[in-house]
Amino acid sequence: MVSKRKKNLGKIKGFSIQFLPYSEIKKLDSTERIRKILGLVLGNNIIILQGKLEPDEEARLIEDTMAMIGHVKNFRGIELAVIAGNGNGGFFGRFRKNLVNAIAGSDTGAVTIIGPATVVKEIKRNPKKIELLLNG
Amino acid sequence: MAANVIGNFFRRIFFRIFNQKRELKLGFYGPPNAGKTSLANRICKDFTGEEIGSVSKVPHETRTVQFKEKVEISYKGKKMTFKMIDTPGIATKIDYEDFLKFKMKKKDAKNRAKEATQGVVESIKWLDDMDVVVIVIDATENPYNQVNLTIIGNLVARKIPVLIVANKVDLKKANIKKIEAAFPEYDVVGISARYGKNLEEFYESIFKLGKKL
Repeated sequence: MVSKRKKNLGKIKGFSIQFLPYSEIKKLDSTERIRKILGLVLGNNIIILQGKLEPDEEARLIEDTMAMIGHVKNFRGIELAVIAGNGNGGFFGRFRKNLVNAIAGSDTGAVTIIGPATVVKEIKRNPKKIELLLNG
Repeated sequence: MAANVIGNFFRRIFFRIFNQKRELKLGFYGPPNAGKTSLANRICKDFTGEEIGSVSKVPHETRTVQFKEKVEISYKGKKMTFKMIDTPGIATKIDYEDFLKFKMKKKDAKNRAKEATQGVVESIKWLDDMDVVVIVIDATENPYNQVNLTIIGNLVARKIPVLIVANKVDLKKANIKKIEAAFPEYDVVGISARYGKNLEEFYESIFKLGKKL
């Protein structure tokens, strides 16, 4: 039993978890942001990004990911999840949130998790919790 | 994208002023294997007698955008003409090894994966051209899938009306309430594209969205 467990643990190849504050990407344009994120993912990093990308940046991230599959050895794509605060704060709550987001330049209360698909098997989520399943 | 939103706005104003009938571009989006082609086939077969594309249990069966023009849908005495646009499933990862589980040869699996990646890019590029979009979600799967949220986010940014379809409600595992809870701001219609279940409600919702344009 113990030896089997040791054997399985040995299958997980090296990876690291990197926290990326929003200030690190705030001044970058969309192309540079995506390049930075994909560069980190290709280095076997699971990124925990403060804030979230714009919808067209998310779409662009998927497009660029697809373009890289087949061109980068052993790259199979990414796992991606955005956890944003719920908008149940009523009119004034939403107004305050929008104002804070406008000043910060993004929804900094949100968190985006991005990892290489070879390391992250699945990001399971429901409104209350998030689970990161790694490839064994 | 901004130019496209402005372009769409003026096109809608033009058609409203001159009350001109036009063909609405109806896109089918969603993750792979949700039943986009099955639903598009069902509609096309009902109103034109022809299907739009092939379906399969193997994911990424649709790898290029498929069309069917001038599909006139009749519902309760009213008619609307659509250009049906069936898109490849959008995914964030594609591994050729997943296709090997379906007894596919390695060479074919690698080729399918390559075409599937190109299909995802094509689907995203087509987002700008849609008038109305149906997001097809597998009702047996977890709806909190980032692909669904990314598609919705992009449609909202482009001001394109969205209808969410929870497909495969004929299956025991289907949970339409979970999908409604995940997307409280949108109309969710539960259907079975395979058996043609609840398509009346689907047509009613599509007509409602089409009228707003």
